[in-house]
Amino acid sequence: MEIKRIKVVSSKCTGCRLCMQICAISHHEEINPRKTRLKIEAHFPEPGVYKPRVCTQCGKCLEVCPENAIYRREDGAFIVIPEKCTNCGECIAVCKPGVIFQHRDLDYVLICDNCFKCTELCNTGAITIHTRVVKEDK
Amino acid sequence: MIVQKYPGADGLAGTTLRINLTTGEIKSLPTDTRLMREWFGGRGAIAKIIYDEVPRDADPLGPKNLFIMSAGVMSGCFIPAGAKIGFGSVSPLTNGHGDSNMGGHLGPTLKFAGYDMVIMSGIAPKPSYLFIDDDVVELRDASQYWGMGSLECEPALKKDLGEDFEIATIGPAAENGILFSCITHDFGRQAGRTGQGAVMGSKKLKAIAVRGTGGIKVHDLAGLTEHVTAIIKRTQTHPNMEPWQKYGTAFFIDWSNKNAVIPTRNFQTTHYENIDGINGEALVEKCLITHKACFGCWMNCGKYTKAVIPGKKTVYLEGPEYETGALCGSNLGMTDINQVAYLNWLLDNVGMDTMSGGGVIAFGMECFQRGLITTDDLEGHTLNWGSVEDAEHFVDMIVNRRGIGDWFAGGTKRAAEKIGRDSIKFAMQVKGQEMSGYDGRHAPGMLLAYMTCDIGAHHNRAWTITVDMAEGRDTVEGRAKVVVYLQHIRPLFDCWCICRLFWGELDIEPEEIVESLNHITGWNIDTAEALKTSEKVWNLVRCHYLERNRANGRTFDYPPARSWEDKIPTGPSAGKGVSKEQVETMLDEYYACRGWDNDGNPSREVLHDLKLDFAADNLEKIGLLGKPLPDGIPAVRGERYKPKAF
Ligand code: SF4
Ligand code: SF4
Ligand code: SF4
Repeated sequence: MEIKRIKVVSSKCTGCRLCMQICAISHHEEINPRKTRLKIEAHFPEPGVYKPRVCTQCGKCLEVCPENAIYRREDGAFIVIPEKCTNCGECIAVCKPGVIFQHRDLDYVLICDNCFKCTELCNTGAITIHTRVVKEDK
Repeated sequence: MIVQKYPGADGLAGTTLRINLTTGEIKSLPTDTRLMREWFGGRGAIAKIIYDEVPRDADPLGPKNLFIMSAGVMSGCFIPAGAKIGFGSVSPLTNGHGDSNMGGHLGPTLKFAGYDMVIMSGIAPKPSYLFIDDDVVELRDASQYWGMGSLECEPALKKDLGEDFEIATIGPAAENGILFSCITHDFGRQAGRTGQGAVMGSKKLKAIAVRGTGGIKVHDLAGLTEHVTAIIKRTQTHPNMEPWQKYGTAFFIDWSNKNAVIPTRNFQTTHYENIDGINGEALVEKCLITHKACFGCWMNCGKYTKAVIPGKKTVYLEGPEYETGALCGSNLGMTDINQVAYLNWLLDNVGMDTMSGGGVIAFGMECFQRGLITTDDLEGHTLNWGSVEDAEHFVDMIVNRRGIGDWFAGGTKRAAEKIGRDSIKFAMQVKGQEMSGYDGRHAPGMLLAYMTCDIGAHHNRAWTITVDMAEGRDTVEGRAKVVVYLQHIRPLFDCWCICRLFWGELDIEPEEIVESLNHITGWNIDTAEALKTSEKVWNLVRCHYLERNRANGRTFDYPPARSWEDKIPTGPSAGKGVSKEQVETMLDEYYACRGWDNDGNPSREVLHDLKLDFAADNLEKIGLLGKPLPDGIPAVRGERYKPKAF
């Protein structure tokens, strides 16, 4: 079985936000980088670096969700069930990289679902797909 | 206050703000979709509004001038490098229409907040900044920021408001009315040209802060996404991508030197002996911290750097890109990239355009070289080529308008008028605005581009330098029609508020960009219509210039006499230069090609063809309407030019 997630090399990121745009377009059919599932932190003027923040698949969100609205899919992604999610924000409080998002138009939280549209458009190699093979336990 | 918002047509945010800075009144209106359609937003809409609304005798730094910020129809719309925001007003530097734009994130963010355009009039009673947070729009007190450097004000505002605000600021230069002041954003992106910062400063507007969390609706999102994704993927492997990502425009420093067009010591010569110290290689090796891109741009020309100079504090900046590298590098005789980067930071922080600023310092240095100004004029300092200390002290005199610093506050043309003794010959400007970083003496098309540029000397409207290389540098033949074509297509990007660099560098066809526009707006136009709209904007700007400056257009279109009197003294182009006759021939051909008369005034036929009859009437009233052309106007103004290898 293969577990996939986004791998980040911060030093390559240029802050272009193409990743955030395509993430929003492909999930919400809208040009709105606020409806995104990853984020780019900018640290300027000093030291002058961008840091892409992505889901590390630590699983804390799933542990704290009081509604059982999050499950882990086979490929490693933590999937939010919009119908169950009450937008309470418990998961946001425990997400270390800060990549669970809310938007005023939506009544559920947004977590990366491993579609990898963003890595496809990233032209610098700052975000790529990381694959890990795990033994299936029967 | 919470303002009323309006739904936008496809590609538009929907709402336009009109703000009277004198009274503090903020009005929100539905964005004029017809204006956007007919003038393409950005530079075009700005040109039309200031033509219609600013009285011809209004002082550019007075309350009647407007200060407009417009994000255009494509900014923020998932088009590659759809990142720009345009600023416009009557320029205090040229006394004609002025517009300037910058990348970064402000344009898209303004649209995400729901606004296409902000039109400001009057003068705020005290230092203020414009605060926009989605539906909340306020003029806020800026006394605690007034006096701060641009690069210091941006982090201060972010700290006070939140990291996710996009900020544009001016520096002390603009506060003190230095006419070539710029607007800064994203720690080093500037709207540098035509003194838009000076206008902002005259209005006591220190900054603009915007946060936006909404989306933009486009006509055909699926079609747009497919089209744009294909362009991005196709060009990821283009041979120009790698050098572009690595060096940005600084790549051209070496190129310009090799081809002997790099301005050196105030355009005295065109080949620089210390190029290795200041070229793209040096920048990447010695100064680079990170590559930096505008919103949605996959080719990241921005180089975020630091400059380390013994005895000075280490400074962080974006750049130097090509223009700054040339105009604050070879043009000032700097030998080390850290010096150039330091000056870049200095000018960014005080808020001076690095292009005009570099030109002004170079002009001062040549005046010093020739003994036209002396240490007595410079508070005991020298002003020598290659000295950062001298340059820094001189800039301080200008920003604070001390002594002869005040003479230079209006740019090289006004300074030459004060200094006299024929210094106007080497004040390297046209219409009051300083030239960009290419010497046109052995690149006649580039020279014509400066001469005829609608906002004063500037390369961006028609970057003809590669055409000169491809078509022959010793002849002026055929150059006019290429300049006209480039002046049609390049300013279109400033209307749409997208970056033009990818078009030139990555072989993306104009038709592909128009197709994106159609996906965004549903207008269904073709490239010919787009080019004609651009020509309309150009002609209106010309009429505006003539109406304000009241003489035949031709009188304003000459470069400084150095351009034809001095042959290039050294380097590969030694002995080369254009003659006065060639300058006249190029103007004759240029006007004919545009459908203007030989005095450089637009004819009624061409204005009528562009639906600018109202402008023709206005020119007629002041006796500046072009005479009818004996053979009528040309059917095609400006012939499409396919770049050749050279
Ligand atoms: S697409 Fe890549 S380079 Fe651009 S912001 Fe995202 S991670 Fe950074
Ligand atoms: S993998 Fe998909 S869902 Fe996750 S951040 Fe990238 S585009 Fe968004
Ligand atoms: S090429 Fe440079 S200026 Fe143009 S959008 Fe990209 S980063 Fe910005």
